[in-house]
Order: sequence, then C-alpha cells, then structure tokens
Amino acid sequence: MEEVDVEPTTTLIPGVGLKQKHLGFEWGPGDILVYETNFRPTKSLRAGSGCPSVHVVRKDEDIYSPILRKLFNESHHIFVGLQNITEDVPSKNKKPQFVSISKNYRSVIRACMEELHTCCAHLVLFVLRLHSQVSILLATELIWNLCEVLFIDAAPAGCLLLHLLDWVRLHKADVDEKAKEVLQSDSPTNHLAYWDVVRDFILQGRVDEARHVLTKQASVQAASRTLYQLMDTLLHKMPVFNPSGTQTLTEFDMKWRHWHEECDRCLQDKSFASNPHLETICKILLGDEDAMLEHKELLGTWYHFLVSRLLFSHPTVKPAELHYYAKSSMDMFLDSRSVPEPLDSILLAAFEFDLHQVIKDCSIALNNWWFVAHLTDLLDHCKLLQSHNLHFGSNLREFLVLEYASGLVSHHSLWQLAVDYFDHCPEFGRVYLELQLERVPLETERKALKVLRICEQRHMTEQVRSICKIMAKRALSNNRLGSALSWSIRAKDAGFATLISERFLQDYCTRGSFSDLDLIDNLGPAMLLSDRLTFLGKYREFHRLYGENKFTEAGKLLLSLMTAKIAPRSFWMTLLTDALPLLEQKEVHIYTHTHTHTLSCVFVCVFQGEDVETAKLELLRLALARNLAMAIVKEGTVEA
Amino acid sequence: MDCINAKYVSQKISKTRWRPVSASSLQQPELLATGSWDNEDNKVSIWSVGENGGHDSTDENVSGVCCTLQTLSVLHTWEGAHHYQCARAPCTAVVCSSPELVSVGEDGRVVLYKADQSRIVRTIENADSSTIHAVTFLRTAEVLTVNSIGQLKLWDLRQGNEPAQILTLTGDRVPLHCVDKHPNQQHIVATGGQDGMLCIWDVRQGSVPFSLMEAHSAEMWEVHFHPSNPDHLFTCSEDGSLLHWETSSGSDTPSFLQGRNSSMMSRSATAPAGGNQSLISAWLSGDSSKGRLETTHMLPSQTLSVNSLDVLGQCLVCGTDGEAVYIHRRVLV
Repeated sequence: MEEVDVEPTTTLIPGVGLKQKHLGFEWGPGDILVYETNFRPTKSLRAGSGCPSVHVVRKDEDIYSPILRKLFNESHHIFVGLQNITEDVPSKNKKPQFVSISKNYRSVIRACMEELHTCCAHLVLFVLRLHSQVSILLATELIWNLCEVLFIDAAPAGCLLLHLLDWVRLHKADVDEKAKEVLQSDSPTNHLAYWDVVRDFILQGRVDEARHVLTKQASVQAASRTLYQLMDTLLHKMPVFNPSGTQTLTEFDMKWRHWHEECDRCLQDKSFASNPHLETICKILLGDEDAMLEHKELLGTWYHFLVSRLLFSHPTVKPAELHYYAKSSMDMFLDSRSVPEPLDSILLAAFEFDLHQVIKDCSIALNNWWFVAHLTDLLDHCKLLQSHNLHFGSNLREFLVLEYASGLVSHHSLWQLAVDYFDHCPEFGRVYLELQLERVPLETERKALKVLRICEQRHMTEQVRSICKIMAKRALSNNRLGSALSWSIRAKDAGFATLISERFLQDYCTRGSFSDLDLIDNLGPAMLLSDRLTFLGKYREFHRLYGENKFTEAGKLLLSLMTAKIAPRSFWMTLLTDALPLLEQKEVHIYTHTHTHTLSCVFVCVFQGEDVETAKLELLRLALARNLAMAIVKEGTVEA
Repeated sequence: MDCINAKYVSQKISKTRWRPVSASSLQQPELLATGSWDNEDNKVSIWSVGENGGHDSTDENVSGVCCTLQTLSVLHTWEGAHHYQCARAPCTAVVCSSPELVSVGEDGRVVLYKADQSRIVRTIENADSSTIHAVTFLRTAEVLTVNSIGQLKLWDLRQGNEPAQILTLTGDRVPLHCVDKHPNQQHIVATGGQDGMLCIWDVRQGSVPFSLMEAHSAEMWEVHFHPSNPDHLFTCSEDGSLLHWETSSGSDTPSFLQGRNSSMMSRSATAPAGGNQSLISAWLSGDSSKGRLETTHMLPSQTLSVNSLDVLGQCLVCGTDGEAVYIHRRVLV
C-alpha cells in the first residue's frame, strides 16, 4: 500500500456516532452513506437508541451550485470541441489552437468568477461560501494561466518574461483603480498613494504609465525638474524585448546591460540622493531586492516579486533557470515561520516544470476533479505528458477524466455531460458508461428515450434491451398495453411481445371483447415480431371480417389460424367455438369437406385434451357432422 | 450565424416559448419563457431579450438575455389529471386556445380544461393505449394527437369518445413525437418521429402521409411552421441540430396539382404574408428531390439535444440539454 500524501481530513457528521456507537458506511458513485450500527463493543454499554437516519456525505458540493453549473456546461462544450479538433488534419502548428482553447477555458472560469462576485453583492447570507468559491476560482485561473504560459505556449527566453509580466498584471488589477483615484484627485502629487502608484507601475513593468504619473510631479516642483527629467530619460530608455522585431536576444541583452550600467552610474553618482523616492525607484530599476522587499505590500505575492526581480535583473531568463529564481524569491519573500500554502507549492512546482507534481497537488487541494481533468486533457493533447502508466492500466489523463465524469454522473441533471467524457476515454470509458447508464433513474418516458438514444448510438445492445424491458414492464403493470408493445418493438424483444399478446388474449377471454382496438387493428409489420402477436392480429382480423359479414374469408382465416400452429393450445376451443356459427351457415357454404376434416381433427385433439363442457362438444360434433354431410353432397353433385 | 446568442442558464431546458406580440405591431418579441427539466425542483423562468444601441448588422450583437423581475404566480392547479390506477402519470403536452386547454399524458388520456374553471371539463378515457406525445388544435373543437405507435388521431371534442379519424404511417410503427398544423391551411399537418423523419400529412385525404423527409438522425422533438410565413418550417432534434426548412413554390407548379386543388382557390383567397402567390401549399408538392426544399442548420456547432424551439417574426429561440438558450434575431423568412 502506498504511503499517504497528506493526512486525511476529519469530517464531523452531526448527530451520529454519539454514545460511542460504531459507524458503518457504504460507498456510492460520488458520495458515502453513513449509518449507525447496533454493534456493542462491551456488554456494559446499554443498547440505547441511536440515530435512525442514514446520512449522505458528499465531498463535492460544487456541482450543486447553480452558477458553477455554467462552468461545467461551457467547459464540456470546449472539451468536446478540443477532442474533435485533434481528429482533423494533423498539422505541425497546432500550438495556436491549443493556446486559444486554453484561453477559452480561462475565460469561462473568469466569467463564473465575475458572476459569483456579483452574486456576493446580492446574497448577504451566502457571502462566506461564495467568497471562498471566488477565491478558489481565482487560484485555479492563476494556476491555469501559468501552465498556459510555461507549458502550452512554451515561450522561449525573452518572450517568457513578457508573458510572465502579463500574467502578473492580469492578477493584480487594483493598481489601475488606485491610479485613477490619484490622478483624478485635486492634487495628485500630494495624494497619499501617489508614490505607491508609481512604484506599482514600475514593479509591473508598466514604465510608460509610471512616466505619465511622474510628469505630474515634474510640473509641480520646478526646482527639481532636472532630477525628474533624468529619471524620465532613464525610464524612457529602458529596453523592452520585441519578439516580432528584428532584434535578436543577444542584441537586446547587450542593450539592456548598457542601460543597467547607466542606472548604476546614476545611483553611484548620488544623483537622486536628494529625493529618497526617486532613489528607491532607481534601486528598483537596478533590481535591488531589498528595495523591492521594502514594498512587500505593493507586491502582494512572492511570484510578483519573482517577476519584478527577473524584469530588473535578468530579463532574458530562460525557462530552465526559472526554478532557481522562484525558490529564492519565495524564501526571500515569505517569513521563515509562515507555512507555505498549497497554492504556493503548486506554483513552485510549475516553475520547476514538474507537471506531475502540479497535477498531484491540485488534485489534493481542490475538492472536485474539474480543473485537473480539463488541464491534463489539454496538456495531453499538446503531447506534454509522458505516458505514465498507472497501476490500473489507463494513463493519467484517462484516469482523471474518468474520475471527473464519475462525479458528474451522480448528479441528477449533469449526467448527460458525463457521457461525452466517457466517450473520449478509450480504455475504460465504455465500461464505465455501460454501468452508469443502467443506473440513471427513468422517471418519464422522455428521459428513457434519451438514455436509449445514447445507448443505441454506441451499440450497447444489452443496455438497450434492459431499459426497454424496464419501461415495458412498467407500462404493463400500469395497464398501458400499447406503450408496452411500442417498447418491445424498439428492443425487438419477441419474448415480451408474446407476453403482451397473452395479456390481450386473456382480456378477451374474460371480457369477451378486445380492449385497445386502435392498437391491434393497426399493428402493421410489428405483427411479425412474435408468433403470438401475429395470432392476435389475425384473430382480430377474423373478428372484423365476421363483423363485416365476409364469412368466407373469415372462415378461411380461422382455418389457417388453426393449421398454421400459431394459435396457443388453450385457444383452440375458442377458435372451434367461433367456427360453430360458420359451420351452421345454411345460405353460404363455407367449408369444403377437406376443411371439415381438418376441423374435425382439431376437434378430436381438443376433445382428448382437457375436459370441456359436454354441451359445447355435442354442438360441435353435430355441426361438424352436418357440415361434412352437406359438403360431400354439394361437392359430389354435378352442376347441371 | 453571427446573430446567434447563447446564454447558459444552469438548467436543462425542456420547453421555450416567445410571449406572443400582437400581429398589428411590427415589434419583435421581447419576452420568452423557459421550462426546465431533470432538476429536483423544476421551474418556469421568464427572460427578457434586449438589444443594445447598434443597429448595424455588422456590429457585434451585444443583446443580453437576463431574467426579468416579472413574477409568475400559479393561477390554478389540476392535481392528478393524469394518472394510472395507483400512481400519477407524466403529462406530456399541453395546448392552449384560450380559454380552453387540452392536455395529454403517458396514461393515454385526453383531458379538457377551461382556464377559469377549477374542475376538469371533460376527460376522454382510454383515448389511446399508448403514450400520447403531443397535441394541437386543428379547428375550434378539433384536436390532433400523436402517439407512440405512430398514429395521428383526430378528435372532435363535441362528440363521442372515439377518434374521428386515425392516420398512420405504413411500415414500421415509429412513434411520433411532435405535431404542428399549417397556420393558414388547416388540413396540412407536419409531424416528427422517433427516427427523425418529417412527415407532411393532408388530413382530408388519405390515411397516409403526403410526403416523408429524412430530417434528423435522432428523435425530432418539435416541429413548427412559421406563423406568418408558412413556407418556412423549423425542426429540432435529439441529435443537437435545428433545421430551417424553406420550400419555394415557383410559378412552374405542375398543372396537375393546380387542377386537383381548384376547390382551394376560393378558400385561400388571402395570400400568406410572405407574398407567396401560389394558392397551393408548396408542402404538398410531395417531391423534395426536385430541389424545392432548402434546409439550413441554424446552430453553429454540435450541441446536446435541442429540446424545444419557438419562432415568431424574425426571432428564433431554442433550448438545449447543454443548459443553454440560443436566440437568433435575424432569421431569414
């Protein structure tokens, strides 16, 4: 048994397990049933009555949140689109497609976040839970974005820093509000947050905006104008790598070092000594970590610190060098006493390019599989995951997608989404789907039809038969014979069709007339599904012909029913009784003597079989004899 | 295709309908109702569709869909109208021709109500031995039902408990799921079946459909003629597609059709709004291979089952099992 990664969390279930009662449990598809047992560990304990209820304990409550449901539905759409893309022409340059799919996923997360945020404003009661949901979504989007930058987009040195800057800027949007507040105030330069805004812009690499804010200062303080101009020049000259430009990385590096030396000279010359603010800014431009760390509250997080550090000390950082800087930034930023949060270790693992660790940590930290399943699937399509065969045969991607889909399928409504996920798990998906579809509750016919369609499209004949049988049985027990028949026809279930026909015939025997004539009269080719059903249809046709006074045809039909051996044995007496009036017909001669012979044979069989009313038997015997006599005479007579 | 807006609504939609606007006003419909299914508590929601400033068709259509603050209240509940011996039965369809309501269900009953009466007006027991899937009013006191053994039954509500007429498909008894009548010519009826076939029937003549067209690869859930321009038909299906059918009746209608239907000339004196001058419905031309029928997919990509659609004026709305509502405001009719 493998060792456990983290200590299992304890969940208290209220009202259960008191008085030292033992708990029993049973696993469900997405939850656990917990109950109190009657087990008494020692004789001394009195058998008090415990809690009589069965508790359903569920880990993932997200799928029951109405707003997060949109996340599941929209991401399902994107997932299916992704699976279908890769089946198209395999071009080398699929990266932009994958990047755009990754951005789609992220925009879905952001949309959900915003909606939760607006909900927070309205629903005061649920604020706490919504806030935690928002912060979890925020964290997942942060991680996804970083994975997109590092793994999917896989930018080389130079571009890498630009992307990381975008990443940081996206997740620290409050600086714009602060800037607006400062600039719109009466005296921006005297605003408390003025220098914070400048420093914030610089730390985020938004040099032009920092310059714009600084000009306010320059216009106010005419005396130190030269100082501000110097700073402005420095900022203006700061080289920024242009990936689509003609400049190579080495050229950029050289330019940047020149600029760096110039800043250094300014610092050594004590040019900014008179203005401590500008001096700090100069130190920041030189990548001085202590200067940056003095403004921890502006940075907010260690990864912001990391990116700012890289921007001002090593803008041509290569992906492989990231982890060293990441670790040291984290150590410098966080107090030695604070415990690293799960988010921190996940981000660190990402900087170390340890994908598996990222996925593993995310799986543990989050309470449902949505994030890891979709991210792993996308990374797998980018061919970034080595096929990592797990003990139970499938690979990591399939395992996670299966887990996610299994969680979905236990939801009363989202089970339909799970079908597509199972479809795209080549090894175990089909088996899972077969087992799960059998357990979807079928409250209405419409739902049953949908489940049936899913099964039929995947050629799951066993499941089709079992669903049709369930519905047919239910219809039969509700006396809906037409519905039962239509379900048997769909499943091509001859056995059940026979059962239904027997019911009809029984009804006829007890009541003397047919029920549901609209069904039997219009059976059509479905009649051929089962012998009994054919008999039923033909027998009804006989009645109809008789009712329309077409006696000859009726008679012939009746005879063929008996000879074709599709009539059940129990019905022969009834058939013979039906033949009685035809035999007695004086005006029209229906049965030839060969026919009558056949009828007599049938009669003999019946007579020898069960005990039948002797009166009827006598009537039949008489009628048969008379008919035979009449037939012989008629056929023997030569027409004059 | 660019004029389609999708909104995810966190509930699987079973039915969606536009709130009718008066025919005289040329406004587009603004309110729509949706009903959910497969939730533990299902609800009816009213949505308002708004359009932002830009009138250019090239602009990004920023129309939003949001839940309005209008509230619905239950006027009346008829409990247990559909039932088996010991249990309730699902009611599958309801049709309204104010103030009369007709509902049908899995128990094979046709039940008549009046909106202002708390008691059921009339029940046709044992109307059908199988499930009745849909119902529509043909004329004032005539309804048409379709059932799961592929029969179209015409009921005259003023007389008797037996159907006035039964029409069936020959061949396999494929269940029929939806029915709609032509807005102007009430003898023309379209039905959709479990195998995705679209059938056009002429109720006056014959007991078999006039034409059969393969429409979808799975159950067709709803079929609608466009109310003001009946040369257009819309169908939606379990296979996730919504089709817009357009039949064109050119001036080259075969003479034999014109002759046969000469009795119709006096009845359909008012030409339909679409400027269709032909007096014979193009739907009854019966031969879709002559290129008279154009079909367009209305939804941009494959979705889960489209359960319901409604069309009014130039606006089309549909609801899917992917918990999304799609709205198209510039349907070409």
